[in-house]
Amino acid sequence: MGRVILHCDLNNFYASVECLYHPELKNKPVAVCGESELRHGIVLAKNQIAKSYGIQTGDVIWQALKKCPNLVILKPNFPLYIRFSKLVQQIYSEYTDLIEPFGIDECWLDVTESTKILGSGRKIAYEIKERIKTELGLTVSVGVSFNKVFAKLGSDYKKPDAVTVITKENFKQIVWPLPAKDLLYVGSATEKKLSSRAIYTIGDIAKSSPEYLKRILGKWGEVLWIFANGLDTTPVTPPLFEDNIKGIGNSITLPRDLTCYEDAEYVIRMLSESVAQRLRQQYLKCYTVQVWIRDSFLFSITRQEKLQTPTFLAREISQKAFEIFKKHWNFKNSIRSLGVRALDLVCANSFYQLEFDSLKKFKLEQLEKAIDQIRRRFGQSAVLPAILLTKSDLPCEIPLHNKIHPVAFFK
Amino acid sequence: MRKIFVEVYAHFSKEGEITPISFVWLDGKTYEIDKIIEKRNAASLKAGGQGIRYKILVRSKVLYLFCDENRWFVEFT
Repeated sequence: MGRVILHCDLNNFYASVECLYHPELKNKPVAVCGESELRHGIVLAKNQIAKSYGIQTGDVIWQALKKCPNLVILKPNFPLYIRFSKLVQQIYSEYTDLIEPFGIDECWLDVTESTKILGSGRKIAYEIKERIKTELGLTVSVGVSFNKVFAKLGSDYKKPDAVTVITKENFKQIVWPLPAKDLLYVGSATEKKLSSRAIYTIGDIAKSSPEYLKRILGKWGEVLWIFANGLDTTPVTPPLFEDNIKGIGNSITLPRDLTCYEDAEYVIRMLSESVAQRLRQQYLKCYTVQVWIRDSFLFSITRQEKLQTPTFLAREISQKAFEIFKKHWNFKNSIRSLGVRALDLVCANSFYQLEFDSLKKFKLEQLEKAIDQIRRRFGQSAVLPAILLTKSDLPCEIPLHNKIHPVAFFK
Repeated sequence: MRKIFVEVYAHFSKEGEITPISFVWLDGKTYEIDKIIEKRNAASLKAGGQGIRYKILVRSKVLYLFCDENRWFVEFT
């Protein structure tokens, strides 16, 4: 017997939760948008009515208002969304212990074993869908299939409030006519490469030879061929272990554009403090520092460099990040968003070649650990680097947590 | 359908279970809950909210009392 995998996708998640708490808005177009004063003013989620006006996630508020002048705009309430996300997962956990979240509003569930007690995948999917509707007031689309990739396609196939079953018998009829871009890991660049070779649908990918796809797309070509033919065997992995962290990063869109190196140094230091603190929390050090820069025209670059020795020191990470920044940015354009990321992580007590001034580094490590303790007891802003007191028009709090963690399909 | 937030008197058992006993209504009077007919997780689609829903009997009238993150409200028409 093959596997039975469900992919559950909460429909218009943020907007649905808001509409649940504001029943008076039920028949109005609603969008949840970031705060425009902080220049986070884009559409994060919209309800079905707003969708019918052509409003898309990622639209800037003025664009959305142009499409629909009577759009109701709400500020996001992340703690509430996280609460609902947990409640949904509690329901899932009554059906299987193999649950893999994919963002805040999507999950894969491996119910292969549960089908022996609870009935077919389709039956479980309908039951979950109905329970989420009555108990939480939200709608969900569920894809049921024999692998994760098709289960996800299934949940996208019919929305909202629907169940789609893709079996070994019917996948050629359901999946193959879909456009190639619907397949996981086919982004706009891949789509262009494929369509220039007359590969337009998932079926076209499936019928191409894996060698040919590999020549066009590298190793991903083969992966896409496996996906398209329903041969993906990736298991549903519950996030039990923290040790598969591949990087710790933080980025921010600023309330005003950054126009000089002094501004950039300020923001890099702020982000590095957060990254370093989280590295220390996880007992990790990094070998590589990465900087992400997005300018006012929304053009972005990512650059990274290796360090001589692994570190969890904020001052070393920010020094390196600023060095990378100066090398790759000339301020022809001003900067809208900036990110710092620590990569190539190793356990904090792993061995490495010492340097002549290792004792100094050891003392600095003790110092930053002591700062962590002070921050834990008296708040994140109890101890700040002096540079963070120099600009009153830029944020100076050191964020300790990502609000929503991005996740990858391959772990 | 209105959402009326109310003050609730409840019993906390040793096992951690919460049972509402009475609540203070808009008229300032305290009303005893005669019977809890059903207790389950539910969304209040009409009044707006989500939590543990108690279907209760108060002076032979059936009401829905919700505990939404420690705030209690009654669905009222």
